[in-house]
Amino acid sequence: MEIIFKNVTHAYEANNPLASLGLDDVSVKISDKKFTAIIGKTGSGKSTLVHHINALLKPTSGSVIVGDRTITSETNNKNLKPLRKNVGMVFQFPESQLFEDTVEKDIMFGPMNFGMSEEDAKSSAHDMIELVGLDEKYLEQSPFDLSGGQMRRVAIAGVLASNPETIILDEPTAGLDPVGRKEIMGLFKKLQMQGRTIILITHNMDDVADYADDVIVMHDGKIVGEGTPSEVFNDEKLLTGGMLTLPQSARFAQRLSQKRFKFDKLPITLDELSTEIKQQINGD
Amino acid sequence: MPGDSLIYKLDPRGKFLITFYFIGIVFLANNVASYGFLLLFVLFAVYLSKINLGFFLKGLRPMFWLILFTVLLQMFFTPSEHPIWNFGVLTLSKEGMVISAYIFVRFVLIIFVSTLLTLTTTPIEISDSIESILKPLKAIKFPVTQIALMLSIALRFVPLLIDETTKIMDAQRARGVDFGEGGLIKRIKSFVPILIPLFVSSFSIAYDLAIAMESRGYRDGEGRSKYRMLKWEMRDTVAAIVMIVITGILLMIRSY
Repeated sequence: MEIIFKNVTHAYEANNPLASLGLDDVSVKISDKKFTAIIGKTGSGKSTLVHHINALLKPTSGSVIVGDRTITSETNNKNLKPLRKNVGMVFQFPESQLFEDTVEKDIMFGPMNFGMSEEDAKSSAHDMIELVGLDEKYLEQSPFDLSGGQMRRVAIAGVLASNPETIILDEPTAGLDPVGRKEIMGLFKKLQMQGRTIILITHNMDDVADYADDVIVMHDGKIVGEGTPSEVFNDEKLLTGGMLTLPQSARFAQRLSQKRFKFDKLPITLDELSTEIKQQINGD
Repeated sequence: MPGDSLIYKLDPRGKFLITFYFIGIVFLANNVASYGFLLLFVLFAVYLSKINLGFFLKGLRPMFWLILFTVLLQMFFTPSEHPIWNFGVLTLSKEGMVISAYIFVRFVLIIFVSTLLTLTTTPIEISDSIESILKPLKAIKFPVTQIALMLSIALRFVPLLIDETTKIMDAQRARGVDFGEGGLIKRIKSFVPILIPLFVSSFSIAYDLAIAMESRGYRDGEGRSKYRMLKWEMRDTVAAIVMIVITGILLMIRSY
């Protein structure tokens, strides 16, 4: 589903003197079936932005178009289920949403709310637990007996189980070990290859460089940069403005360019970097 | 609420005691003059605080039904020699209406004054002043510091738990829970997915807090110095004297 923000402004506590703008006249298009990363400092409005996509927040003015649904300030709270079924959302530290007495029931909770039959939900739970890299034996355990990383995977499985077309991820790998992080990010990339739209909020620039097709840079409730990762990370204005930092490979290349190497465009992934270095060494 | 007027600057202990004292003397008023006098005084205090009157009116809102119920009760159930209107046990009379008007003013006074306290005093100041006021009880081995600590931790947890609740509600909404839809049983059931995670996370927050305090060497009991010192100043003494004067005036103009 294509997602379009049209002049969306969101004010927190609109009728209060302590009101603050969460989003300030944001217009942006998030392409269908692409992997879009949203980056920006804490408090820049990333979470506020994605909360609009499944109508957890509604715009104070402007509109959000998600597929064939339009969300405005007048949107009713009823009948949001079809929208929320299509837009899955993995929150920050999603393990805090677990509550059932077994992992299986917890994964089945979402699908059954969206009207899936019990057998279908069950088989979906079996598929999903494997997809997130856990053994089926965990299905019978209490989610509270698992480790933090395992709980995270169960929570992600619970969101994926309703088979959403669009998946929003709010820092899904925060606090995971490096191996787990790679596995989880690989899973999301795989889901995108299978034809889903992925929206990822992250502070990890290497994830952006490695996985994203598009990047949106936010600052103070506004969108200050848009484009492919390579475009965004080569944008002088964003870098000097302190609105983003470079991925490891690009930083390495920057240091190299102080010696005898020259890069027309900063390589942002490890692969790009190594090819560039190889070429330049052989070329000399 | 942040602010910087005279009322904000008063010593929280004084403000706390004065508020309770004032709620006490509200009950001395028994005629138009005394109620009017108190109302004027409260409005003057509100003016001194430089806070918009709207916030005080908002404070009335949650009490609306209680006030309405009490006022109606007084209005229709006050026995009278000269009823204007009579229906079974219900009596409407001039006395009843006057008394219910008094009750209404009394509610407004008490709510305005306590709103004034809570708007101009931070929760931490309130718990500090409770500790300071209860200090004499130490003589009878009453655990004042522990109680004050419990109080400030509890107050600290309120915004934390509100945040946590909205977060969990959003997460479950995204998984298709509809709060406030369906019959009563279904509605109650829809709160299970919030309550369990909320309990789990409050226990873990409490556990983390305990460990953090212990690892920073927290020990309760004697000899802890204070980070926030409360200082009693001239203006606090003046405020106390004003209260005594008000009590005096009140005693003069009330009817016996």
